Amino acid sequence: MLAILGTVPEENFPLLCGKASIREDFLIVNNQKVPIQRGTPALVASAIKILEVLNRQPPFLYLIGDIGRGSGSRQLYSFFTQDIKKREFSTITFHYLMPDADWCNRILLAIDELKKRPFLIADAGFMYAAKMSGNAPLFDLFTPDLGELAFLADEQAPHPFYTRGFLLQEENKVEELIKRAYEHSNASRYLLIKGRSDYVVKEGRILSVISEPMIEALEPIGGTGDTITGIVSALIDSGFDVEKACYIASKINRLAGKLSNPDPSTQISHIIKFLPPAFEQI
Amino acid sequence: MGFLKGLFKKKAPRPSQQPRGILIFENTSEVIRAEGILKSRGYDIKVVGPPAHVRKGCDLAIEIPLVEAMGILHILKENGYPPLDWMPADDGLLKPVDLFHIKDFGGYLMVRAANMKITVHKSSLTIVNISGGGCPDVPYLAAMLVGKKLSEAPRPIELGHTLCGYALQLAYDKIKELCLPS
Repeated sequence: MLAILGTVPEENFPLLCGKASIREDFLIVNNQKVPIQRGTPALVASAIKILEVLNRQPPFLYLIGDIGRGSGSRQLYSFFTQDIKKREFSTITFHYLMPDADWCNRILLAIDELKKRPFLIADAGFMYAAKMSGNAPLFDLFTPDLGELAFLADEQAPHPFYTRGFLLQEENKVEELIKRAYEHSNASRYLLIKGRSDYVVKEGRILSVISEPMIEALEPIGGTGDTITGIVSALIDSGFDVEKACYIASKINRLAGKLSNPDPSTQISHIIKFLPPAFEQI
Repeated sequence: MGFLKGLFKKKAPRPSQQPRGILIFENTSEVIRAEGILKSRGYDIKVVGPPAHVRKGCDLAIEIPLVEAMGILHILKENGYPPLDWMPADDGLLKPVDLFHIKDFGGYLMVRAANMKITVHKSSLTIVNISGGGCPDVPYLAAMLVGKKLSEAPRPIELGHTLCGYALQLAYDKIKELCLPS
């Protein structure tokens, strides 16, 4: 089963833990309704849509409110390090959480005690924490965008805010950034790099580059990175080979974007509705 | 079981791995006041000597979790004890991002600073999307800003708590400069 850890942008939203489903435009977890907007809810909704097509069980969700103060994330980390002892997940995806190197270490130690190693995916804040703590190589898949790839490639930057300028001029040097990220042990085993073209990378080697369909309007839409992480999480948990899962996830995300006929003001909840038909077309 | 043990032998959990920042104050009484305010809010901080490369302020400083700098600065300002300056607690070489990527989509303009992007509808000057980032205040900031006019939207620095929020502020300032020339 796929587990997803993340946050919602409401300060007093309680810690929820359980299977997630979709009803109209909301996620439902333990009878609580969560609007499907950018961030972890978009990731979860995308994973559910793909798992439904594959006739698989829905993901198990750990969710809490955090508007950036970090207290929600830390409460979730603490709960998870205990709760994981009684669960068996084949895939765990960490998402919008306060980057905290110490808690990243503690979570990896808790996972280390499990009988079976889950496939570990990190995006957003937890990917930052994995790099900050020097634990990036312990993860199986990161899903950075180009700005985040530059951060992974900058061995000195503690956060993307401090990525050095010469690395941010990255449009034409993705290969160099990939090489640098692996040289300094700041990358996971696989990378799915999200951008104008998406790159699937294994241990520093580019396996595929996906550029079609090319929908320019997707770049400014908040949540298109969250959806691709949700899709690839669902595919990997369903048994797809990692390289194939990354490739198909990129294609589904692009095709759903095309089917949604977007412009830069389109919201991610609209695009998510097109994931099942996009998957069926591939 | 134990798949990480080989690696963890070399690196047991160390809270000091969390990137730290430094707040510089005018005098020690401000340091003491600020320390009390931040500790009462539960922040993981401590009073330290300022790094050798810092050439201003008094002979005490406050070490903070760097990622949470924005929220900390906001609280201190609200309480009347803003620091003179703040910076990463390294050797002084790290600088905030100062490069902007600007993309024109015809009816829309997008600005990216570091990992944060903001997009505005040019004729209505409405913020239509915010993307990128990884800290948990980003979805919150998106919820608070998207759909609002650029001239009426709250400043990210007033609502955010993390360095992603700060990067969004830089992108917000740049897009305002481009769309609302003074």
